[in-house]
Amino acid sequence: MKTILYLAKKRTIGLVTFLLGSVWLVIVLAPIYFMALSSLRRQGTYVTANPWVPSGPLTIHQYYVVFHSGLGTYLLNSLVITFSCMILSLLLSLGASFRIIRGTSRFSKLSLRLIVFGLAIPIQAIIIPIYVIIDKVGLYDTLTALILVMTASAIPVSVLIMVSYVRDIPRELIDAMSTDGASEWTIFRKLILPLSGPVLATVGIYNGINVWNNFLIPLVLTQSNSTSVLPLGLYKFQSQFGIDVPAIMAAVLLSAIPLLILYIAMRKQFIKGLGGIAMR
Amino acid sequence: MLARSINILPESTQKKVARRADLPRKVVGSYWKADVVGVLPTMLLYGFLVLLPIVIAAVLSFYNWNGVGALRFTGFTNWDAFFHDPIAAHSLEVTGILAVASWLVQTPISIALGFFIAGRQRYRAVYAAFYLLPLILSTVGIGLMWQALLDPNFGGLAWLAQNAGLSFLQQNWLGSNSTALWTIVALIAWQFIPFHTLLYQMGRRQVPNVLYEAASIDGATKWQQFIHITLPQLRYTIVVSSTLMLVGSLTYFDIIYVLTNGGPGDKTRVLSLDMYQAAFVANTFGYASVLAVVLGVIGVVVALLLVRLTGFSSLSSQREGMA
Repeated sequence: MKTILYLAKKRTIGLVTFLLGSVWLVIVLAPIYFMALSSLRRQGTYVTANPWVPSGPLTIHQYYVVFHSGLGTYLLNSLVITFSCMILSLLLSLGASFRIIRGTSRFSKLSLRLIVFGLAIPIQAIIIPIYVIIDKVGLYDTLTALILVMTASAIPVSVLIMVSYVRDIPRELIDAMSTDGASEWTIFRKLILPLSGPVLATVGIYNGINVWNNFLIPLVLTQSNSTSVLPLGLYKFQSQFGIDVPAIMAAVLLSAIPLLILYIAMRKQFIKGLGGIAMR
Repeated sequence: MLARSINILPESTQKKVARRADLPRKVVGSYWKADVVGVLPTMLLYGFLVLLPIVIAAVLSFYNWNGVGALRFTGFTNWDAFFHDPIAAHSLEVTGILAVASWLVQTPISIALGFFIAGRQRYRAVYAAFYLLPLILSTVGIGLMWQALLDPNFGGLAWLAQNAGLSFLQQNWLGSNSTALWTIVALIAWQFIPFHTLLYQMGRRQVPNVLYEAASIDGATKWQQFIHITLPQLRYTIVVSSTLMLVGSLTYFDIIYVLTNGGPGDKTRVLSLDMYQAAFVANTFGYASVLAVVLGVIGVVVALLLVRLTGFSSLSSQREGMA
């Protein structure tokens, strides 16, 4: 009798958990479903049709329209700055981390202190001076400006994660190479770099997502359409297309496709990149 | 991995003997050079675009500047104005409410969902994959999506209100004084709960199951287990998640700028928006720098306080190891 009661209770708890979990699933998926369905309508049918049921004429016309109204350029710009920032921040941070661990000079030790300090500074607090500096050096409204600023702001997290990773590479390996006469550069290239694959993937994905979705930095540092990246381009669409909601929804979905592919193709790495950063 | 790296060690042992003699001097020299080559580019970029801006923000707060003309030193005038500015006081209040409300909404839901997807049932792994979808949308994208959904005339919720009898959904969510701020809190929650769910899932999976088994043998209820095992074991996760959550919402800008621009009236006018407008709309860079410094100080202080208050020995020992 007791066991039956216990089992019944356990099943009820399991059922309630399942239901609550499903409620959240609906909360997450319903807006995305609404957006996807709306993007397949024309403006005329959008305001009259049931927005929750795929009825009436559906079309991918809006995707075509937004792609040819500049979204292609924005997409390209976003890809350029994301890849540049990823490569640049990984190389700079790994190089610095290697020297911070291995170096003996005061300079490398001081560097770590300064970098830890920067970890707590929100970008909003320094965006005005960044704008002033970028403007003074003549880089305003260029992709170079975005690459430099976003790389710089990725450095604290990247270096901190990498320093703790590089520290775990057995010292004997490095010392063995060193006594064999390998230069510091050889050690970096042939030992540190090949061994750092996992941490490069984690940090790279994390930085990549942040750069891809960043809005404030492009908003402040760029203005023309030719240098707009996706988040800023989407914002401009809002005023450009006004009440043409289907077009805007199509643009939002199109802009999410690269990350969606990344998420589907390498979900494990993706999740590690996001969560691993905070956990270590 | 180890084997591979040993393979790539230089094979030539003959050279080793020859080079040993002048090792110390050479090594010290190359060390220093390598430090410069390795660290300097990083520190230059970081110095110019992170450290220098911190200094400039502080200095600029003592000047009057419209962005193009000459700088004019005005001492504490900007700061004095800040402390007597009812708009800034209001922004601070809205910012505080937003941060606290965000924490109160997001933390319990994230813990519950994190534990839910930490379970090993097959269907939960599938749920988890969908739960994380908001993470791939940009903030602007999320804002535009919700704007369409919440539109009081043609939005998805308005349709449900008019056609499915759910009349409570008929609200001017982002446009009315009573709902705008809470709607923003809800949208931020929708955006960030997935990330914190992920953190709590990882945290939960790191708690050894032996602890629960031992406790239930001793007759501890589920609730007692939660209080005495789960919470202490999750301390690290809670601190990390709360810090990111609070600092993140204290400096939150994107969705508010895109959707309400501080409105209706000044109901959703947060400090970061105030700063943005003071600098890039009103061209009062000096005063905007005061707001920026305040924003930075709030961020740093909250982070430090959380780490200290929670008696955070495990984090500090990790940090010490790094330095």
